[in-house]
Amino acid sequence: MLSITNLQAKIGDKQILNGINLEVKPGEVHAIMGPNGSGKSTLASVLAGREEYEITGGEVTYNGKDLLEFSPEDRAREGVFLAFQYPVEIPGVSTINFMKTAVNQIRKYRGQETLDAVSFLGLMKEKMKLVEIDQSLLNRSLNEGFSGGEKKRNEIFQMAMLEPKLSILDETDSGLDIDALKIVSSGVNKLRNSNNATIVVTHYQRLLEYIVPDFVHVLYKGKIVKSGGKELALELEAKGYDWIKDEVAVA
Amino acid sequence: MSTVTTSKSLSEIIGSFSSATFNEALDSRKHAVEILETKGLPAGKNEEYRFTPITRAIENVFTWKTESAPSSITSIDPFLIEGLDANVIVFVNGKYSESLSRIVSPESEVSIKSLREAFNSNIEAVNTNFNTLVNPEADSFAALNTAFWQDGLFVHVPASTRVEKPIVILHLNDAIQHQVIAHTRLLIILETGSKLSVIEKFHTTGEQASLHTFTEEIEVKENAALEYCKVQNDTGKAYQVINTNIRQADSSRVDTFTLTLGGQIIRNNFAITIAGEKCESHFNGLYMLNGNTLADNHTVVDHQKPNSFSNEMYKGVLDGNSKGVFNGKIFVRPQAQKTNAFQSNRNIALSPSSTINTKPQLEIWADDVKCSHGCTIGQLDEEAMFYLQSRGIDKSTAQGMMLYAFTAETLNTISNEVVKEYVDSLISERLHKNF
Repeated sequence: MLSITNLQAKIGDKQILNGINLEVKPGEVHAIMGPNGSGKSTLASVLAGREEYEITGGEVTYNGKDLLEFSPEDRAREGVFLAFQYPVEIPGVSTINFMKTAVNQIRKYRGQETLDAVSFLGLMKEKMKLVEIDQSLLNRSLNEGFSGGEKKRNEIFQMAMLEPKLSILDETDSGLDIDALKIVSSGVNKLRNSNNATIVVTHYQRLLEYIVPDFVHVLYKGKIVKSGGKELALELEAKGYDWIKDEVAVA
Repeated sequence: MSTVTTSKSLSEIIGSFSSATFNEALDSRKHAVEILETKGLPAGKNEEYRFTPITRAIENVFTWKTESAPSSITSIDPFLIEGLDANVIVFVNGKYSESLSRIVSPESEVSIKSLREAFNSNIEAVNTNFNTLVNPEADSFAALNTAFWQDGLFVHVPASTRVEKPIVILHLNDAIQHQVIAHTRLLIILETGSKLSVIEKFHTTGEQASLHTFTEEIEVKENAALEYCKVQNDTGKAYQVINTNIRQADSSRVDTFTLTLGGQIIRNNFAITIAGEKCESHFNGLYMLNGNTLADNHTVVDHQKPNSFSNEMYKGVLDGNSKGVFNGKIFVRPQAQKTNAFQSNRNIALSPSSTINTKPQLEIWADDVKCSHGCTIGQLDEEAMFYLQSRGIDKSTAQGMMLYAFTAETLNTISNEVVKEYVDSLISERLHKNF
């Protein structure tokens, strides 16, 4: 589904990604872990098409297409979804209106009929249950005045609405208390199936207790320096990141 | 106008005055001419018109040969607000058109007359109130207008009367064949405890240039309430200078909304004098410009008495080569203690060649007041744009959503749902709204 080869990217003069290689297949969950500043969020942003980053080398193939050629909106329409670490507050735009616009633009792109108000509302009600989000929240301006937990739940709600093939969760656990973490994780798990894949970017192992990964990759200085199964996350939790840094230094 | 002027020079414009056939308000006309002769029209060095070279444009564009050009406008349907049950007063090229106008409110509720007719009927309220709120010394275009006004509207609402249906004033300039120069007036008196809603619309048809000066005086007496909405959606080469002067007495309320979407150079001098206590004034404005339009909003709020509240919110969206100018003066006089006065002017520049000049001017002499102001000029928030795009929304729709949200709160001063819907439709059209 996703094949990243020797991906390099910089912002301004600062080189951040130094040759990432990653293969993601349908049905898989990959966790990207790493110390602060290792390039985790940059990788997520580059995949979603954030324009501040300049790609300086490498390739990203997504379902046989060159992902880097697509605009951010076309990536979304092709089924890529980024759950933001810091969801943006947009006063004056209600979540409902925003989602209706998004869903219908995506449907149009895919050659499907757009949803009328009634069908949209039906779809929305169904997805709201997944993340236990209240409609009163969705009537409000997008993320404005939302608590940290509400913002993250809104991200997963949007993910449920757009039914992506590849979801990238960028530090979705940050700012969540344990209850919110459980709700958000259970939403993500309910959306998992054999046709879609998830990349979970996180600093801590905590989230991976709820969203269990098939693979864990450690990112350090813009490169994946170690990959393993879910037990690698536990090892990182127990030992911290220093032993990885040491290994890299020795190598 | 009915005076024939063959030269662009001010002295000749004024010279033509002696040959004109004005019968009403002659003293004020003569006085205004004297002011014009002394001051002339504002040149580039004039601080109040620094960014708005309307005098130069007028000199270059207009031939002043536009003696009462005949109009081909026979239907006002394209200019009406759909679904709005209202009195409709029509001016064509500066002249009141009785045949196109439609007064539906009963005389007991409101008296609506052409200003010339009101003068000719020797109505006391006109004689005593005309030209008392406007100061031709302060603005030469007000002087020009006071000297040469062709016609106008007089509206008088008796005490304790609510005018059920709004008054829509349509200013139509037919510039299909000839240039149009029109000078019109408005005088409204809202007696104690009365209530009125006024909507003003301006339309120039045709490719020729139009110059319209419009001077408004609105007296809002004790406990009265005025709702005022101005829509400047002119196409083409429309030049406009509007002097709006509103005076509020005790416990009165004023809500205004000024929307500017088009025209060549649009100058709004908008002044509210709060001459009473416990008044409330909310005045909002929105200018969404493109092409080469220049819109200049000069506003003044003058708090003369204690315990009143004013809130001013103007917003701008500038595209193309458009220019926006905002100047907001707030005066709080020494005796106007416990005044709350707020002002904000926020702008979004969409194109690198658009410009905005914004300037708040607060002069506060009272010490126990709450006043604030803020001006911002910015671009659309890139992070927010990316957020919307990352959900599959194309860039232009995302931009439209952001701008629509940005403009929405300026409509808060419109209470009539039909009017609000109409204004909303104009904004949506400008944004190519598809969400």
